[in-house]
Amino acid sequence: MIELQHVSKAFGPTQAIEDLSLTVGQGEFIVLIGSSGSGKSTTLKMMNRLIEHDSGRILFAGDEIRSFRPEDIRRRMGYAIQSIGLFPHWTVEKNIATVPELLQWPGARIRARVTELLALLDLEPELYRGRYPHQLSGGQQQRVGVARALAGDPEVLLMDEPFGSLDPLTRVALQEELSRIHRASGKTIVLVTHDIDEALRLATRIVLLDHGRVIQTGTPLQIVAQPASDFVTDFVGRSEVGIKLLGLETVAGRVRRNESADGEPVAETLTLREALSIFVAREVERLAVVDDDGRPTGCLHFSDLVKPRE
Amino acid sequence: MIKNRVLGVLVLIGGGAALGLAYLTLAPNRLVLGTGIPLADLLHGWRNVIFLPALLLCFGVFLPPTRRTHVEVAAAASLLLVAFVWLAGDAATRLSSDASSIARVSLGGGFWALLTVSWLAAVDALQRLHLSAVWRTVTGAAGIAPVVGLVALGELNQLSLLKEYLNRQDVFHAAFLRHLEIVGAALIPTLAIGLPLGLALFRRERLAPAVFAVLNVIQTVPSIALFGLLIAPLALLAATLPWLGQHGVSGIGLAPAIIALTLYSLLPIVRSTVAGLGQVPRAVIEAAAGMGLTPRQIFWKVETPLALPLLLSGIRVTTVQAIGLTVVAALIGAGGLGSIMFQGLLSSALDLVLLGVVPVVALAVTVDAVFRFLTLLLDRSQQ
Repeated sequence: MIELQHVSKAFGPTQAIEDLSLTVGQGEFIVLIGSSGSGKSTTLKMMNRLIEHDSGRILFAGDEIRSFRPEDIRRRMGYAIQSIGLFPHWTVEKNIATVPELLQWPGARIRARVTELLALLDLEPELYRGRYPHQLSGGQQQRVGVARALAGDPEVLLMDEPFGSLDPLTRVALQEELSRIHRASGKTIVLVTHDIDEALRLATRIVLLDHGRVIQTGTPLQIVAQPASDFVTDFVGRSEVGIKLLGLETVAGRVRRNESADGEPVAETLTLREALSIFVAREVERLAVVDDDGRPTGCLHFSDLVKPRE
Repeated sequence: MIKNRVLGVLVLIGGGAALGLAYLTLAPNRLVLGTGIPLADLLHGWRNVIFLPALLLCFGVFLPPTRRTHVEVAAAASLLLVAFVWLAGDAATRLSSDASSIARVSLGGGFWALLTVSWLAAVDALQRLHLSAVWRTVTGAAGIAPVVGLVALGELNQLSLLKEYLNRQDVFHAAFLRHLEIVGAALIPTLAIGLPLGLALFRRERLAPAVFAVLNVIQTVPSIALFGLLIAPLALLAATLPWLGQHGVSGIGLAPAIIALTLYSLLPIVRSTVAGLGQVPRAVIEAAAGMGLTPRQIFWKVETPLALPLLLSGIRVTTVQAIGLTVVAALIGAGGLGSIMFQGLLSSALDLVLLGVVPVVALAVTVDAVFRFLTLLLDRSQQ
């Protein structure tokens, strides 16, 4: 979908990106992560030519991005940013309709698309389409920002720390929302963040950057379980590696199907990390497990968290 | 005990003015100084009802600051304002029927002080009501309407100010139109130069300090000096290029007036253009670019509408300033209401001076209110 080949970029004397190569495949959810100044935002913005690369090649669907007009390539990629940047003088409807209007969709199709997106992002369409951005909470504004980025049915969604300014509860809710949209639509998403938990929760593949270079690329599990260097371990959080690992697996994988336990059951879709929390909070060693429909599926022992049964 | 200090001070000033200053002056003709007539001499019989709203204002100082109090104070103050104007016209009619036909009844210091005090009391009360912008404008207009009505009905025709007007209606109307013409003619080149210049300075920040320095220097040159400075070069220009002279360009008259006014008006316009564009959030522009708006679309669909409220307030300041400066342009033969004012000054006819000044003030206040109203409407629709 997008391919960066030996890309470099300097701002004056500062080398922001050095010989960076990266391939974003169709349907992947790539999270670019790093501390500030690592070049993650620059990498993202080079993909839609908000920043022009100095050397190397960037291909979009097989063609060098410089062969497109910048506006055309941007209309094929949705874009959402941390400060949201909703147009304050336009209604929610008009904000979301920005790219469809640019693509000159017929009016009825735009209207239907706005309704569909508001519903998708859990905003009552008739209640919110006529509102102005200042009449919305921060979380609602960011929902509109995501809806706006999705509106033109883009081939790729680029997101620059989209949830950075939200409170933890709203952030988790929107992360789940985005995860659901990714699973349902199969859209290719590239998201920039400095929050390792966000990266582990969302990504199908994490790209860890530092000083303009790729330090490690891999699935969340690979990043936590097989860190390429001490830097990666430190970034994940040296003292929390075990906890992070538990966060990557669900109860369903370790449940003992032929046993049962007493007490309030837990859902098998919970992560092991959440299960650990429940063990400690309830001061028990065994938990009953149920599936999505509430049917008992077995039980989980505290020791199962440490290592799966052979 | 005292709940409203502002109103308290205003009532004290009003009381002092009513007792200590002449409300009207009566002179045997338009040039000599008249003798003062205090307000007390004008209040006969039923005219004493004027004490009712006045007393209400006095009570208002001690009443708890509820919405109801503010409404009552605002109503009483605007009633009083109209009553003061009507009383002046009524007294002038009676006084001039007793005196010779060239006798003049002029408005005294007491009248102006009481008018101002009741105006301020009304404005203060309206502000305390926290009305929406639209309602503030509507109530303001409603408060002034009766005064305009009194003038239109001829109730004030025996006042010296109105006599001066009636005596030279044609001159006044021509001067008024000329005044508007000068202001309008100066606004066109101001906007034509100021808006692109502001945009250029916003895009190339390095240029801004130098240009603003020049505009600031122009702004500090006294207006009369700037008009004078333009006489010689423009006369020379007209002499060397007769074509220009034939089209009305000369050292005095309209051309130097419009040039000087344009020079003065550039600073507020350029400054508000730069400030207006500068306060458009960068994130909004980045998001617009990221979604694929072209630079031209970003300018027209995002930057321009978001800069417009500040820009409009710049045009407001410029227009009000130009209305005032045009008065001075009369000295270099440009005409306008200033010519009436200077005629009055040179013949020491105070009411003629007022005939020139009062419309200028009214014009400035009206233009200011209209632009504020427009800005508020814009702000409301795009907050």
